Amino acid sequence: MSTVIKLHDITKMYQMGAEEVHALRGISLNIDRNEFVAIMGPSGSGKSTLMNIIGCLDTPTSGLYELNNVNVSEMNDNQLARIRNKEIGFVFQTFNLLARSDVLHNVELPLIYGGYGSGERKKLAMEAIEKTGLGDRAHHKPNELSGGQRQRVAIARALVTRPSILLADEPTGNLDSKTGEEIMGLLDILHKQGNTIILVTHEEDIAAHAYRRVRIRDGHIESDEAVTNRKTVVHPPLATA
Amino acid sequence: MQFYIDQVKEGLLIAFAAIRANKMRSVLTTLGIVIGIVSVTLMGTAIEGLNRAFNKSIAVIGADVLYVQKWPWGGGGNWWEIRNRKDLLIQHARAIERNAQNVRSVSPITGTGRNVKYGGKVVENVVILGTDADFIETTNANVALGRFLTPMEADGGRPICVLGSEVAEALFPVETPIGKTVKVGNYPYRVVGVLEKQGSFLGIASFDNRVYLPITRFFKEFRSRRGGIEIWVKAASATNVDETKEEVRGILRNVRKVAPGKEDDFAINQQEFFIQTFNQIGGVIAAVGLFITGLALFVGGIGIMNIMFVSVTERTKEIGIRKAIGAPKRSILMQFLFESAAICLIGGVIGIMIAFPLSLIIDQILPTAMPLSIVGIALLISVFVGVVSGFLPAYRASRMDPVDALRYE
Repeated sequence: MSTVIKLHDITKMYQMGAEEVHALRGISLNIDRNEFVAIMGPSGSGKSTLMNIIGCLDTPTSGLYELNNVNVSEMNDNQLARIRNKEIGFVFQTFNLLARSDVLHNVELPLIYGGYGSGERKKLAMEAIEKTGLGDRAHHKPNELSGGQRQRVAIARALVTRPSILLADEPTGNLDSKTGEEIMGLLDILHKQGNTIILVTHEEDIAAHAYRRVRIRDGHIESDEAVTNRKTVVHPPLATA
Repeated sequence: MQFYIDQVKEGLLIAFAAIRANKMRSVLTTLGIVIGIVSVTLMGTAIEGLNRAFNKSIAVIGADVLYVQKWPWGGGGNWWEIRNRKDLLIQHARAIERNAQNVRSVSPITGTGRNVKYGGKVVENVVILGTDADFIETTNANVALGRFLTPMEADGGRPICVLGSEVAEALFPVETPIGKTVKVGNYPYRVVGVLEKQGSFLGIASFDNRVYLPITRFFKEFRSRRGGIEIWVKAASATNVDETKEEVRGILRNVRKVAPGKEDDFAINQQEFFIQTFNQIGGVIAAVGLFITGLALFVGGIGIMNIMFVSVTERTKEIGIRKAIGAPKRSILMQFLFESAAICLIGGVIGIMIAFPLSLIIDQILPTAMPLSIVGIALLISVFVGVVSGFLPAYRASRMDPVDALRYE
């Protein structure tokens, strides 16, 4: 299996006033194509920093980060924007949809920045929306949708450019547990369809959907193991969308 | 190419969505630009009116007429030397008439001020001009009633006169003036004609508050000594005025016996002088006026900048989202530049819609029309103001760190 993410001895240091904060103290981690990994850790452990670096929102202070064998640790802002657009799909805890735009436009947005023509954009966006079970909601505004539906829109937006990795940061944090289960079920299906999924969470329950669990503490990897008691969603969620 | 078109489309879409979402704020912000554009366009319209008024009255002087006088227009030279110059005489005018090739007509002119009376009516301080029959040709004046002086009458010095339109209206509101005898100063003159209205020069000196007499008669009754005239020369063609000027100069130097190498002892004045002077003064008026009204626009621009900073801060999260899904810096920059340019352009359009009816009011006072060019310039300026005042906020937005921006609540 080919390796998508190669982190080698990544450190990240922040200047907080006069104090230096070591958020990451040497993280080395490989993630292969079509893995479903949960990154866990309490708040302050550095898992958010790690996610930002993996998501190319931030660059490490030192260390090497190769995404699809391309060194991204020393790229400039615009190069990183391009990588984020092409290779990474974000799913956030707070959905982060554009409130004034309808579902279709929200999902189209990465394609606009990716330079796709308008016909192709519409086609790809509708495909992604249908994949997440919101085909009949394409022209609704986010405030006309439920939390679970909004997260599906966010997932559709993350998928639309066919990125190398899907990076989900506490995707169920703002949802009730039943809807959360549905979203996890959707991620599970996407994983089975061949997507590489990295899930950042502090909930054991949610992490149990993944196949591999990486625990972070104080900027180190505390453990990295296969999930033994994997949880699967019994009911396929798309039927009830 | 497609990429840029889509970026522009997306930018405009966001801009108008943002303006719609903050209607009240957009209206208030735009107001600054509206006021700025209204004042700038009205100023431009007023300046246009000034130019038109000037061009209209300067036309009375005639671009192709040379005014040979002792004193140069606009001063300069040695006062004492000019004061002691020999007077210009009728025979000098005759010499030009005889010898010049590039001349259409030559008129000796001299004048004074007198009251003019008819019946019980008096017009005070009328300009009494003594001239000859060619005057009508030289000045492009038109006869409204009767006729102008004939060469015979002019040279013979008979007591006849032609009235300017103002004088004629004042003395003869109802009856025809032709054949009536008016008193110019203390002397009776029979009216043979009335001139059409000629207008005034720069609103100061009316060309219609005049009475024209044969120059020979004028000397008899209004000036004891002979002399002290001006010579007005109309060039044969308007494109050859300089050649005419040189010719007239040569003839005059000859008849006035100016030794070679010595300076002229007369001045040949031209309309050009007034045009140059006006262009200088008009330029200063325009610069000061546009500067002051431009300040209004500048203040409007500051308002835009201020509100764009607010807009950027408010939408930090949105900027973060856009960056996370791959918007490059220049897309974010363009998005906010479009927004401020759109606000300003709307302001410019509204401003012109307000300024246009106001310009019609100005037109009642000072005949003018809003020049089409100023409409285009105003729209360009408003977009320019938008881009300039939007730049700093947009630049700040484009430079935001995506991690911080996403975390912003």
